[in-house]
Amino acid sequence: MIAIHNLTKIYTGNTVLNIDRLDIHKGESFGLVGNNGAGKTTLFSALLDLIQPTSGYIENKGIKVNENEEWKSITSAFIDETFLIGYLTAEEYFYFIGELRGQNKSDVDALLSQFEDFFHGEILGQKKYLRDLSKGNQKKAGIVAALIGNPEVIVLDEPFANLDPTTQIRLKKIIKELSADPEITVLVSSHDLIHVTEVCDRIVVLDKGEVIKDIARSEETLKELEEHFNK
Amino acid sequence: MVTHFITLQWKSFWRSASMGSGLFMKLFMGFWALWFIVMMGSGGVGAFFLIKEKLNMDPLVVVNELMVYWIVIDLIFRYALQKMPVINIKPLLILPFNKRKIVSFAFGKTIFSFFNIIHAFFFMPFSVVLIQHDYPIANVILWNIGLITLIYSSNFLNIILNKKYNLIFIIGGVLALCGGLQYFGYFDITKYTAPFFEGLYSIPFLVAIPIGILVFLVIVSFRSFVKDLYLDAGLATKAKNVETENLEWLDRFGKTATFLKNDIKLIKRNKRARSTVMVSVLFLFYGLLFFTGAVETYDGPVWRIFAAIFVTGGFLLSFGQFVPSWDSSYYPLMMSQNIRYKEYLSSKWWLMVIATLISTVLASGYLYYGWDVYLAIIVGAIYNIGVNSHVVLWAGAYVKTPIDLTSNKKAFGDKQAFNAKTLLLSLPKMALPMILYAIGHYAYSPYAGYAVVAVAGIAGFAFKNTVFNKIENIYRIEKYKTILAYKQKK
Repeated sequence: MIAIHNLTKIYTGNTVLNIDRLDIHKGESFGLVGNNGAGKTTLFSALLDLIQPTSGYIENKGIKVNENEEWKSITSAFIDETFLIGYLTAEEYFYFIGELRGQNKSDVDALLSQFEDFFHGEILGQKKYLRDLSKGNQKKAGIVAALIGNPEVIVLDEPFANLDPTTQIRLKKIIKELSADPEITVLVSSHDLIHVTEVCDRIVVLDKGEVIKDIARSEETLKELEEHFNK
Repeated sequence: MVTHFITLQWKSFWRSASMGSGLFMKLFMGFWALWFIVMMGSGGVGAFFLIKEKLNMDPLVVVNELMVYWIVIDLIFRYALQKMPVINIKPLLILPFNKRKIVSFAFGKTIFSFFNIIHAFFFMPFSVVLIQHDYPIANVILWNIGLITLIYSSNFLNIILNKKYNLIFIIGGVLALCGGLQYFGYFDITKYTAPFFEGLYSIPFLVAIPIGILVFLVIVSFRSFVKDLYLDAGLATKAKNVETENLEWLDRFGKTATFLKNDIKLIKRNKRARSTVMVSVLFLFYGLLFFTGAVETYDGPVWRIFAAIFVTGGFLLSFGQFVPSWDSSYYPLMMSQNIRYKEYLSSKWWLMVIATLISTVLASGYLYYGWDVYLAIIVGAIYNIGVNSHVVLWAGAYVKTPIDLTSNKKAFGDKQAFNAKTLLLSLPKMALPMILYAIGHYAYSPYAGYAVVAVAGIAGFAFKNTVFNKIENIYRIEKYKTILAYKQKK
């Protein structure tokens, strides 16, 4: 589904990303872990064509992301608060994203009704603009917006950060359900090894922009990762 | 202690993200500041001789009579433009500082504000000339002290006004009432204020009044600031209850409606965007300067077109030049969605067209000055819709200044649009229609002039698609640079 070829990104002499070859298959749930500055967000930004790689390219469903924009209709993402429109209420924001992705209001409503649990009554009907919601609630809105319009590729950067424990557990359930669908490829990054090993089939460790571990999840994965980061 | 604050300020100034890119703007602002200083200085000297020799009056008396306007206008300018003394307070709150020290420093900073200093450049030279002409030194100095304290009273009054919403309406109302009564000749405020300013000069003890006012205002504003230094008080951002709006009636615009709905909410719900609407209302009245013959230099027929462009194009000019910067805070979202740039652009275009049409209708008040004047306005509107709407969007494509939607303090003097490309593109907005009119006017008749401009406007429609394609291309090519630039907050 996603193929990374000889990708490098260099900022003023600093190599922040250097990946020879990485293939993410359709239906996979892909976890990206690494310390601060490992290049997780940079990789996701390059995948969404928000930054220009120094060399190499990324293909999304066979489309080079920097040459053709067709991949956008099957891809959705929540990276950070720049994916939110602060002066809209949550409902307006969902409908706006829905319209951009060819969904009418009732489609969006149907989708939202599945997430009432996840919202915990703090998102819909709040009479508040998104910019006035707490960080955690903003994140909830952003994550659900990324699920609108039946995307085939879903990219979530640090989805667990800022969420309360209940919501974290519910989010894990949502991601697991998504990854059970063979049509949906989920890409998640996190600092939390336990969360990632729980929801992802495949985990890649980035360090200083390079892939240093690429493991399929097993009973041993968490231990292996903990040992790696405890060096 | 104070040196800590000063080093913090120093660093925040030099290390701000816009510092590197804003050098051109810094020079530009510096130039204007210098220009103001020179104008004020020469005004101070010039006013004395002008009044004395041309009008044969006592310069001090005349200046005292006009002083009340000076102070009111100063207060209005301050309210619109002067930034509040906010230092990065939150991180300091839990450090072992006395809160009064934090506030003192913030206030201390405003003392050196340009808005306070600039007055000295008028009054110093004026006073020097007074003394040279045998006005007693002691009285002139007293007069100066009185004025300085009044200027600083304005400074602190402005601080209070910025915090208390209802107060501005009271003061604004009083000012409007006095202004109105004065205009219609019922009541001349200067009759009562002139003796006061006169008194500052002639009666030694009267200076105690402005000093008393200043002390009072300092204490009030100081107390209210110290009291508000809590995260849930003065430092809190207020959230109002809001309703979800669907604006479904806009759906008739087809695919453009998606963006149009958003843009209308953008304008309604953000101070900074709302101020463009205010600007367009102000520009509506701009024509009075031209059509009433109030300013002599504007009497030439060519200036009519200039005025017409402004009267009908206030919104177009002030909103359009920041497309796509209005969407800067969520630009990555837009760029990762499958957006047709054309629909995005045409939403902004429709907004500008609608606003221009509304302005044109509202400007029908200019019919008072004759059909001829209103004809100029209609022609200006046609040109705005046909040509300027495209030019403005095109120029905006090069502007990469992120807009902080929630603030409106800098709506006038922002560092925005001033780069070489946009300056170049702003030329045809003003100059071209004036030249076109001049050609028609002087070659044949005024009506021919209008016809030429109107035809140019209608011809502009033909290029809509070409220009939109061009802009799309610019958006595409500059995409990465734009995203990066929008990330640099402040």
